[in-house]
Amino acid sequence: MAQVMMYKGFERFWHWLQAGLMIAMLITGFEIHGTVNWLGFETAINAHIILAWSLIGLWIFAIFWHLVTGEWKQYIPSGLTQIIGMMRYYIIGIFLGAEHPFQKTTLKKHNPLQRMAYLSLHVIISPMIWISGGYLYLFYTIREVWGLEIVSFMPVALIHTVAAFALLTFLVAHLYLAITTSEKPFGYVRAMITGYEDEKSVK
Amino acid sequence: MKKLLTNSFLTLFIICYVTTVYSSDTNSTADHSKFEILQESLATGPAVTKACLTCHTEAAKQVHTTIHWQWQFTHPETNQLLGKKNVINSFCGSIVSNYAHCTSCHVGYGWEDDSFDFTKEENVDCLVCHDTTGTYEKFPNDAGHPAYEDKSYNGILFKAPDLNYVAQNVGKTSRKTCGACHFYGGGGDGVKHGDLDSSLTEPDKDLDVHMDIDGLNFNCATCHTTDNHDVKGSRYNLVAKDTHGIDIPGRDDNSRATCESCHGMRPHIRTINNKINDHTDRIACQTCHIPAYARGEVMTKTSWDWSKSSINSPMGEFEWDEELTPEYAWYSGNIQFTLLDEKIDPTKPVKINHFSGSYTDPNARIWPFKVMHGRQPYDTKNNTLVTTHVFGKDTAAYLQSFDWNNAIKTAMDSIGAEYSGEYGFIDNTLMYWPLSHMIAPKEDALGCDDCHSKAGRLESLTDFYMPGRDSNVWLDKIGWLMVLATLVGVLLHGLGRIIFNRKRSK
Repeated sequence: MAQVMMYKGFERFWHWLQAGLMIAMLITGFEIHGTVNWLGFETAINAHIILAWSLIGLWIFAIFWHLVTGEWKQYIPSGLTQIIGMMRYYIIGIFLGAEHPFQKTTLKKHNPLQRMAYLSLHVIISPMIWISGGYLYLFYTIREVWGLEIVSFMPVALIHTVAAFALLTFLVAHLYLAITTSEKPFGYVRAMITGYEDEKSVK
Repeated sequence: MKKLLTNSFLTLFIICYVTTVYSSDTNSTADHSKFEILQESLATGPAVTKACLTCHTEAAKQVHTTIHWQWQFTHPETNQLLGKKNVINSFCGSIVSNYAHCTSCHVGYGWEDDSFDFTKEENVDCLVCHDTTGTYEKFPNDAGHPAYEDKSYNGILFKAPDLNYVAQNVGKTSRKTCGACHFYGGGGDGVKHGDLDSSLTEPDKDLDVHMDIDGLNFNCATCHTTDNHDVKGSRYNLVAKDTHGIDIPGRDDNSRATCESCHGMRPHIRTINNKINDHTDRIACQTCHIPAYARGEVMTKTSWDWSKSSINSPMGEFEWDEELTPEYAWYSGNIQFTLLDEKIDPTKPVKINHFSGSYTDPNARIWPFKVMHGRQPYDTKNNTLVTTHVFGKDTAAYLQSFDWNNAIKTAMDSIGAEYSGEYGFIDNTLMYWPLSHMIAPKEDALGCDDCHSKAGRLESLTDFYMPGRDSNVWLDKIGWLMVLATLVGVLLHGLGRIIFNRKRSK
């Protein structure tokens, strides 16, 4: 069967590295939070810092890539009817063996719900997590340089925790949909590894 | 045989010579044994002092201005009159009416009662600080005098020191001379402080990295620098946070009594998280570097229950312990003692001393403390602490007659303080002793987990949010519920799809 390159090299590299970094940050983060007891507090903090800087580096490249290639347009929200159609599919159609309402192409590779989900990941959860995390990380420096706490530690720590829970929730839902909803078993996972997807589903 | 004798003699000679050279104050420019005045007969302590003053003309005047002499200290922030002369503690109570016993640790001779002449220069005891022979010792209840003839106290023989020998061998202060009083405060080795006891006379590195006899071999005065005989670093006016940084001669106050005086505010090698340097703004060095106190195999007294006093156990009941974990509190200074004029609430733990400090106070840091617990008498009508005439040869002294009422009345009358005539015992008094000694090697310092964990060392300091210890319970509950609901949701969704798929394929 003919195949089409759906996810380009950098895109796959970004996806998997970001996934790995974020999962590692969730684990170390929940250790710092006191939920997990595995590496020890100091090792968890050190890992969290190194992972955070790596992720920031990756994001700089990813933002540049999205802007230069125009791929950022993939996250423009679809119309309401399309979104409702997609929701209907997940709530009803998928059980009844209905046809997937969205036709995937290289120019429109995310279905309307994916667009919403990834957009909120990129413009809500991620900024929330790195702005709050950056403040916590620079807390001492800020206090030293300006001699005051702009915002006290606790509310920022709580925002950071909220964002972590949101990310973890996203991860659970994303893994379920990505692993199980493709036509062939693990079709989407394979596509995200090799870049190629069967042309049939592309049309 | 002759050769053997010669060899033995030679060996003995070498040993004696080496010992003499090494035990003398090698960098002094004066050999006190050559001073004629110190070769004349010196029968008493004051006679020695008079001899000292013939050369050291200003020394006694200097000592007269210090807390070591006056036992009185006006706190610069609170204006509270502190010092041993005024404060009440949870050990023997107070020195009021107990002078001859307590003043065996005074840097003077003859403070037996209120008539002591604080202006008399020969009343200063030079030897208690400057003895290098280890033979000079004050007699326990002779108002600061040593034994002038061999005599016993509670079955222990105190030999009369050869004052000429002691005077001819004076030198700098040492851990031993400072320790003679400061290690034995409260009536015995290690009783009071918890971080000061006789194990620090010759400590190893594990006990104290700075005073380690095989290493840096610091004396007390290496940090507690003196200026005109005024020793820096009093607990009454402790510098909670020395933002001054490293002290440089000419620019600073010549005080090295804080860790920061030598180490500065960012003393550690940079780490990835570098919190170890950041934390110095809110955590005292001592907090991490004194993981436990009373580590030198000398126990410290942790509680003293006077209410259990009886003829069989006249001093009441004590608890002792060693290798103790400090308690922690925010501290910014402003230390205050509960004095006689202050009303107390005996139904609650009564703080013998308290101080300022909280998370929101930028000058406060978390400090380690030994907290001494006491059960001690108070005036039940006036709700005030009391002083007690504990020691003495008179019948009013508590240890003679075991009559609390009379002992309290005598002590209170002696300072003109009001006593209703009715006493009781406060169930729990708390006395805070900041810890600064017994600095452990860095390998033994606390790690992050010691505080950043549930049930960690800072469990009781709840006025701030600390990662690893704190979380918002509701936020966590809702968060995990959201994750769990999503997980259950997708599993049910998947299950539904499997079931419907089977139905369709049938």
